[in-house]
Amino acid sequence: MKNTLKQIFHSGKFVVGFCIFTSIVLTVIIFPLFVKDPPLGIISQGTFLPPGIYVNVFDSIGTQPYILNLDDAAAKRIASKLSDDDRAAIKEWLVKAGIPEHQIDTTDTKALLTLWENNYDPTKKIPGMIFAKTRYYERLNASLQGLLSSEGITIGSTDAVSGTLASPSTIRRTDYVNIRDVPNVRLLLLGTENFGRDVTVELISATGVSLLIGIVAGLIATTIGLIIGLAAGYIGGVVDDILTFITNIFIVIPSFILLILISFSIGQEKRGAVTIAIVIGFTSWVWTARAVRAQVISLRNRDHVSLSKLSGHPIARIIFTDILPYIASYVFMALILQISSAILTEAGLAILGLGPRTTDVPTLGLMLNWAFIYQAQVLGKWWAYLPVIVVIALVSFSLNLMNTGLDQVYNPALRE
Amino acid sequence: MKGYARYFGNKVIWFIITFIVAFVINVIRPRLMPGDPVAAIVARMAQNATNTAGLQAIYRQYTELFHTNEPLLTQFLFYIRNVFNGDFGFSFSQYPRTVAAVLRTSLWWTVMLQFPAIIIGWILGNSLGALAAYRKGGYDALILPVSVFASALPAFGMATILLVIFGVTLKWLPTSGGYGFDLIPAFNWKFIWSVVLHYQLPFWSIVLIAIGGQAIGMRSMSIYELNADYVKYARFMGVKDSKIIRYVFRNAMLPQITGLALAIGTMVGGALVAEIVFSYPGLGTTLLSAILGQDYPLVSAITLIITIMVLIANFALEILYGFIDPRIKAAQSD
Repeated sequence: MKNTLKQIFHSGKFVVGFCIFTSIVLTVIIFPLFVKDPPLGIISQGTFLPPGIYVNVFDSIGTQPYILNLDDAAAKRIASKLSDDDRAAIKEWLVKAGIPEHQIDTTDTKALLTLWENNYDPTKKIPGMIFAKTRYYERLNASLQGLLSSEGITIGSTDAVSGTLASPSTIRRTDYVNIRDVPNVRLLLLGTENFGRDVTVELISATGVSLLIGIVAGLIATTIGLIIGLAAGYIGGVVDDILTFITNIFIVIPSFILLILISFSIGQEKRGAVTIAIVIGFTSWVWTARAVRAQVISLRNRDHVSLSKLSGHPIARIIFTDILPYIASYVFMALILQISSAILTEAGLAILGLGPRTTDVPTLGLMLNWAFIYQAQVLGKWWAYLPVIVVIALVSFSLNLMNTGLDQVYNPALRE
Repeated sequence: MKGYARYFGNKVIWFIITFIVAFVINVIRPRLMPGDPVAAIVARMAQNATNTAGLQAIYRQYTELFHTNEPLLTQFLFYIRNVFNGDFGFSFSQYPRTVAAVLRTSLWWTVMLQFPAIIIGWILGNSLGALAAYRKGGYDALILPVSVFASALPAFGMATILLVIFGVTLKWLPTSGGYGFDLIPAFNWKFIWSVVLHYQLPFWSIVLIAIGGQAIGMRSMSIYELNADYVKYARFMGVKDSKIIRYVFRNAMLPQITGLALAIGTMVGGALVAEIVFSYPGLGTTLLSAILGQDYPLVSAITLIITIMVLIANFALEILYGFIDPRIKAAQSD
């Protein structure tokens, strides 16, 4: 046993797969200990907030400011308000308003803005300009107001009793707050999704649920496959004929179709995550059963099994001591594959709208289903679906890699 | 020849038995579903109606139309009789269209998309796998992890990634539908070109996944064969490498043909979902809308058609296998 383990951990593929899988499992276990947010809690108003650090504006005004004199601050401020497209649009307006083209230099910000401030007149009608474009210029003009000045802005507050406006503070352009002084800062590593939930928290919880579904389904499938395979292979005769008949039928009928039909008949309200796992387990035992049967048949007539039979050992003991140890490595590899395919199957079902009901737990499939329903992929909201796909791929990749590694350890013929 | 006849006879009997079982499961399962779909349609149709007697009349008429008031066995017999006449009844969610009318169009989109994709993926995957086994070294070290990763990626994941890269970011290819939304199906260049463009993304997303899985299988089979005693013996005898390779890959190919049957069976699930990502007008998208609309005649008709497609593909491959594999003939004739 010790020797086998040593051999397994010498296989590079297995170790890489094992490390990826273990780190995913550890994240799923450790993360909720530190972050206690409910995974389905809706935190944002509006959908698909992009990833980033969110600093409370109200708190940052009240926080002790520091003065930093940075040379490029003004340039950055202008760049964020005035993109290259805006510069081109300004030039377009000025040309149409009758300024000679050679006088306009879009790269010289100061000259361009001065020219704009002197010439722009919202009441001026430019022939052939659509209304939306006119409104765009009005908005642009408003956002450019005072961009070049170095004055600060004044914060006003209303006195609750007298209703008069007071100005408690002025914010200079050189004021900075240290993010650690601001009491309310929220890191949304992966933004929020269509319902306004924190994708990071939801994703980690969903990974846990999906892994659980995979493990439950994999264990069920492997157990059924093992029992049917052992019975068919060891007992033989009529039992073997009947079981092989059933197995062959289920091999040809696509199991995914069977799953669709069963999940569809269970109905949305009764489909919990565990129900889905059980249904997946009951439809995917077929290949394990077939392979176990083949292996047991080849073992059945070996000398040590015959000896055991002659010694009058009960069937249970023969199976547990003389047959199972020989097929254990194979069954374990089959279990790994079953887990990985069950996770993929759950995701496929959920995308079809047949996953677990949407109200109690997130799963990887449900997150994808929501992202697709809300067209995240077309809207370019990558943080709503890409991390989910990456996690699914990583889980299944690591499991498959472990399996390939084990295969090379147990099948010396496959070694290079 | 007698051996073959017995082999084929066996396979035909198997085909028929499996077909019957699949058929029964297909028809019975959705009908055990809780809730009354007819009530749902009536409720949807008569949202603003207040006349209870009128609603009851509508309900009665629909119940008779769909035969949902009969016992399960009678419904089942009705269904069999109708299916053999090519009549799957009315679709609940798209009433008054019949299920046959809904499926007639979507079936072809799926068949034209999936079979070429699976077969091309199979051919490319096997060539890559064989190459990896033969060349070994750095080439193998590159192909194996990439294949494991590609096959680990679910079909919808690959579909989404391709969609975002080539459809949304680069804007090279259209992102949804089977043809331009501004076109009417007709036999002209503009329409055909539009269909070809819309075909690319779903097609390649299925092909890339298939390549991964097949390459892994072919690689292991080829390594196994390359280490076999007959290869060592042949090398010893000074047989040319190119000649050995031909034998090796022919032997390694055999299990891969079963792999093709398996691929067709399992790809159905993944590829149906990939269709949904691209809103491709095939069975997958129709199935999604049928599930959302609780439309059980449509759901069971789609699953039945897919099952039949897979059964036929499997049957054809088994027959082919009988011709290719000399061991089958040997096994049957003794």
